[in-house]
Formats: sequence, C-alpha cells, structure tokens
Amino acid sequence: MIPEIGTGVLLVALALAVYGAVVAAVGGRRGRPALVQSAQHAALGVFALLTAALLLLIYAFLTFDFSVRYVASNTNLGTPFYYRITAVWGALEGSIVLWAWMLGLYTLIVVLRHRTTARELYPWVLAVMLGVLAFFVLVMTVPAPVFTRMAPVPADGRGLNPLLEDSGMITHPVALYLGFTGFTVPFAFAIAALVTGRVGDFWITTTRRWTIVAWYFLSLGLLIGGWWSYHVLGWGGYWAWDPVENAAFMPWLTATALLHSVMVQERRRMLRLWNLALVVLTFSLTLFGTFLTRSGVIASVHAFTQGTIGVFFLGFLAVVVLVALALIAWRWDVLGAQGELDSVISRESAFLLNNVMLVAATFTVFFGTVFPLLAEAVRGEKVSVGAPFFNQVNVPLFLSLIFLMGVGPLIAWRRASLENLKRNFLGPVIVGVAAAALFRLLGVGSVLVAGSLALTLFVAACIAVDLFRAVRARRAMGERALPALGGLLLRHNRRYGGFVVHLAVLVVAVGVTGSQTWSVHTETTLKQGEQAELAGYRIRFEGLRESQESNHGKVTGTFTVLNGKAAGTVLEPAKKFYPQEQSPIAYVDYRLGLIDDIYLVLGDFARDGTSVTVKIQVNRMVSWIWLGGVVLTLGTLLSVLPERRKAA
Amino acid sequence: MRRPWRWLVPLAALPVLALLAYGFRLNPRDIPSPLVGRPAAPFALTSFDGAPVELAALRGKVVVVNFWASWCYPACYEEAPVLERGWQAYRDRGVVVLGIDIQDKDEAGRKFIADFGLTFPNAPDRGGRVSVDYGVYGVPETFFIDRDGHVRVKHVGAVTEPAFRDAVERLLAAGPGAVR
Repeated sequence: MIPEIGTGVLLVALALAVYGAVVAAVGGRRGRPALVQSAQHAALGVFALLTAALLLLIYAFLTFDFSVRYVASNTNLGTPFYYRITAVWGALEGSIVLWAWMLGLYTLIVVLRHRTTARELYPWVLAVMLGVLAFFVLVMTVPAPVFTRMAPVPADGRGLNPLLEDSGMITHPVALYLGFTGFTVPFAFAIAALVTGRVGDFWITTTRRWTIVAWYFLSLGLLIGGWWSYHVLGWGGYWAWDPVENAAFMPWLTATALLHSVMVQERRRMLRLWNLALVVLTFSLTLFGTFLTRSGVIASVHAFTQGTIGVFFLGFLAVVVLVALALIAWRWDVLGAQGELDSVISRESAFLLNNVMLVAATFTVFFGTVFPLLAEAVRGEKVSVGAPFFNQVNVPLFLSLIFLMGVGPLIAWRRASLENLKRNFLGPVIVGVAAAALFRLLGVGSVLVAGSLALTLFVAACIAVDLFRAVRARRAMGERALPALGGLLLRHNRRYGGFVVHLAVLVVAVGVTGSQTWSVHTETTLKQGEQAELAGYRIRFEGLRESQESNHGKVTGTFTVLNGKAAGTVLEPAKKFYPQEQSPIAYVDYRLGLIDDIYLVLGDFARDGTSVTVKIQVNRMVSWIWLGGVVLTLGTLLSVLPERRKAA
Repeated sequence: MRRPWRWLVPLAALPVLALLAYGFRLNPRDIPSPLVGRPAAPFALTSFDGAPVELAALRGKVVVVNFWASWCYPACYEEAPVLERGWQAYRDRGVVVLGIDIQDKDEAGRKFIADFGLTFPNAPDRGGRVSVDYGVYGVPETFFIDRDGHVRVKHVGAVTEPAFRDAVERLLAAGPGAVR
C-alpha cells in the first residue's frame, strides 16, 4: 500500500504547491490579501504533506517494505536500524525528498516570520518559494519517483552503499541541504524586490540573517563532507576538487562574497545591482550543483545514477537564470548606484576587492569543473582537470583573501587616513613580518608555507588589536576586563560574531597548510609481531581476525602504537566484504590528535593471517580543520543573536 | 534613460546553458572494454538445474553471456524479460543465452529465475572466477560472443530489446568463420 499512498500524497502536494504559487502571484499583482491568505494555507498544506511523505518513507525503511523499489535498492535485511534511517536519503530519489521537505520547512518559517513584516514583497516571496517547491515535488513524482512499486517483491533488498554506513551520512547531507535550500529565501526576496520594483535596501536587510544561516549550514556541510572523506575513504585527504565538491563550494564562495557586499550596501547604498546578481548567482549555483550530481553529465565519485532528471534540472536552471536576468535587465535603471567610491584606500574598497577575488575563485572552479565538457565539445578529447590546476589558481586568491580578512574589518569607511592605517596596522604588520622571518630562520616549510602562516598571524593580530582597543575603551569607563569583553561581544554581536568566524577560517587555513606540508605516509608489509616506524612512531602488527557482521564479513587487523604520547593505543583497521559489492571496502582506524593523527588503512593480507600490508599515515594538524568548524559554529551563533546595541 | 543593450544581459547565460545541455550527449562512464575483439575467456559452470554450462561446447553458435544478480534493481529486473524473449525468438537460429548469477545467495537466485520464468540456462558463479575473467564491474553486464568465440559487443546496464536484436542479428549475419 505504501507506494500508492506515497504517490498520492506527493501528487496532492504538487497540485497544492502549483496552486499556491499561482494564487500568491495573482494576489500580489492584484493586491488581494484573500488570495495570498489562500496561498499561505497551501504552503502549510504542502509542508504537512511532505512531512507525511518523509515519515512514510522512513516507515517503509524501518519495516523493510521491499514493495517500494527505493527501499529494496537501498537496504537489506542486514542493514542496522540506524542506517535504515540514513538510507532514506542515501540515493537520488530520497535525497530529493529530504531536500523538498527542508524547502517546505523554510517556506513555513518564512510564512511565520514575514507574513506581516515583508509588506508588498510577501506575496511574491511566497510565490517564488512555492514555485521552487513545486519543481522539486515534480521531480519527486516524474523523473525520480521515490514511491515506485517493485514487482515482483524480492525476498531481500540490495543494501545501502557501504560507504554511506557512517555517522557522517546523518549530518553531512542534512547540513548541506539546509545550506542549499536556505538560499532559496534570499533568492525569493530578490525576485520579489525586482518584480515589485522595491529594490531598495529593505529586502537585503531582511534576508541578511537568512543568508548567514544558509551560509553556515553550507560551511558545516562542506566541513562534515571533508571529515567523512577523511575517515571513511581511506586516502587520508579531505578535499579532492571533485566536481561535486566543487558544486557545493561555488555557492559557498558567492554567498561569502554576498555576506560582505551586503554591508557595503547597508552602509554606503552601493552595489545594489551587484548584490542582486550575487543572490541570483548563488541560488543558480545550488541548482547547478544538484544538476551536476544528479545528471551524470560529469563523472564524479559522488554522482548519483543518471536518467531524465538532468533534463528537468537543466530546464529549471535555465528558467531561473533567464527570468532573473530578464528582471534585472527590466529594472536596470533603478538599480544604479547611489553612493560612490571615495578612495581606493577604504573599507568599501577592501570589500570590493574581496568580492572580486571570491567571484574570480568561483569562476576558476566553475571553469575547471566544466572544462572536460568544453574540451569534448570543442575538440572531442576526453580530459580531466585535477587538483594541481585548482590549487595553482586558487591558493594565491585565498591567501589574498586572508590578507583582506585582516584589513577589511579595521580600515576606515570612505577614506582611510595614513594615521588610521598606522594606528590599526603597524602592530599586526610587525607581528606578521617578524613571524615570517622567524619561520624562515627556523626552516619551517617553504617560503609559501612560512608566508601563509605569517599571514594568518597578521590577521589574528588585527583581530586582537581591535578587541584590545575596544576593551580598553570600556575599561576606561570603569568596567573590568572580562565583563567588558563579554558585553562587547554581546552588544556588538554582529561585528564580533564576524570576527569569530574569521578566526575559524584562520584555524581551518592553518590546518590545511599544516596537513598539506607535514603529513607523511608509508606502506609496508608486516609479519605478526613485527614493527614499522614512521615519524618517530613505532607500530606493531599483533594479528588478524575474521568476523561476520549483520550485513557483511569483516577482516580486522590489530596494531599497537608502542611509544610516544600515543603509546598503548590499539588501532583496528579492517576490510569489509559486502555481498553486493565487487571489491572490499576499507575501514580506516585512526587516533586523532591536535598535531598528529595516526591513521591506518589495511591493505592485502595473507590468507592464514600471518602477514599484512598496511598503509600508515601520520597526518599533521588535520584536526584544526574540524576545530575550525566548532569555532565557526560559535561565531555564527554570536552573529545571528538579536542585536542588543539599541537596548544598551 | 533608454538602454536597449541591457536586454543582452540574459543572453549571456545562454552559452553556458548550451554547454551543459551538450553534456547529455555524453556518457562519462562509457569506457571501451579491452575484451572486445578478443577471444572470450572459457568457463565451465554447473547450472542451477545441475546441467553443465560450458562455453567451449557452444563454438559455432552466437552466445549471449549475461551477468546478473537477484539484488540488482532495477536493471536486472528490467532486462530479465527481454533476455527471455530474445532466447525464445532466436534459440532456433543458433543463439544461446547464458545467465551467470554473481555474488548472490542460491535461494534468492532461484527465486529470481522462478519469478521471471527464465528458461535459458542460468548458473551461479561460485567464487566469482568468471566475473573476474570478464572484468565485470557491476551488474548487469552482457557480452555478445560470435561463432568463433570472440567477444564482439559489451553492453553495460539493462539490455533493451533493440540492443539485443541489433547485436545478435549482426553476429548472425557475419556467418561462421568470418573473423574480422
């Protein structure tokens, strides 16, 4: 029964979403509140139905209902309880269900929050949200139907992709999709502003917090994706410039640009057109990402299966891009700048530069991602673009961005005097230069590495100088240091939240630099009781054992770290043999540390268990990247707290 | 202010969209098999019914070797009826369809055969030796072998009616001894 009920629920949701979108638009155009009200009810109905569909699918997974093809394809009787829930979004069709449900949730929050405050924009915001939602529900019913009936009903299912049997698969897609879908809200406001001609600053201040939330979840999704790649795939890395990683990274870059350029518009009434373009670009890139992952156009380790779904996504992408650009062209005359750039040495100019670089980075990533397609179209050659290209172009851009991260928040608006520059930057520059010289003297890495690390210290010093000065000012008013700092963070939470996020980026940057520079690895064959040594760690192979898990067989190697702080640590990397997979799946074991991660991957082994080949890696400072995620969370929380400055 | 050129802005997106649309014509997973043109690896298996299934004994016939598994949805479920119909239509013209069930439980394999009423020989590939010899990457994969025992066509994914007919007709038309 579940296939039929599910399909029915989705069809009603589709009709309701289309109805709501149309009625909201008509209501907006004719100024009829009753119609908008009706669209609002439709939005609530769509969310209720999508929730029902999601619950139904979860229920089908939990009860092993193999009459649902999607359940049969992504689970089997041996799949543990926990992974039967994550299997819901483990493949194409279910991922769209999760996506649409989140979009429904965002729509609901928009209704609750903005129905009285967004004035003329609201009907159009609702129309766009429901329109996008209707598209995703359409995908769920036509090209990627999730509730297709399976006939004949098989005795057992195929099972989940073993690589997805990991806790990261609960959080990674959820965070990523909350990010992706979140950008629909600013987009809807942008379109509403264009349609109504109210392209002033109201829409952008209203959506600022939305953009931060979506940006945060996207950042988190990217970081958790890196963590999954690091501890599941067994290659010891966290980022490979794979097309699908790039697809998630590009909207992150443009959204980061947007978060900064919005401030210029708020302060100086500049960049209206630019901000609209960034919102449209960000949302389009999220669609492009979905298109890329699900169309099979570009080969990638992440790619879902192919089908007609790519055509749907490309069609929708085309509609979104063309309509948005046409609206921008239509409103071109009112989008002109009101403020003007007074000086090149100013905060707005630093922000502009930041935007140019972020967009340049987006462009290079985009170019590298679609280049294989271009090469095949133009010259008929099959090529692939690897990490060297992306690193070569992006590392200089990212280093410049880090530099700007120090400059931007401290330099004066409009026109910075020499006095202002000296007061703010003399100290940090000295710190940076001294650090660079010291690193070179100590022989820390190459010029590039020493330079990058010095740069992060420069930025950290800039943040410290600013904080120190602000605390000193409050202490002069008679406050004590710690309460002064606390009060500062809370009263100016937007500014200091941003600083904490900057700190997070620095921590991640140090982690990336360190891990790329100082990680070492070796591969060796050991007999039982023999030791290997790497980077001062001695590791002994104790033995192999075989076991049968609920849905796979497993061969586990036991290794002991013999010396150093990690002495006594037992690591048990394994190979897992799933009946439905052609080749065994590596199970990595590791010991994380602030500086050193010891990371073991089991290779081949003798049948009698007396010898194994093992890959030993000592990865340096990778944990800083995950730590950066924690700091990022704190910073974001701080910056989205309601502003308290006025109350003070 | 009239700025007619502003309407060119949306057009800027067209080349990118066109390039992406072009991508549908390609299949990035389309990797040519090195086995095509080579002699097919010999194998001798025992079918689910206990009968011997030996490739060498079929020299002189066109052989369609299909690798499948009962857990392979939806592709194996889509192609099973196609293979059965093809076998019925061509068995009198010197075509043999062989199913090889890989990485499967016997019980589930038998149920699959019974569910679809397959009448051509099907054998389990115990130990997976045959699928390794044929470089099977994922199920289903189908190899069309000519009368001289050379692999001529490799089909990845569910076999469709036209794909089956085209390949078989081509190999039948080539006649015996026509080594290319």
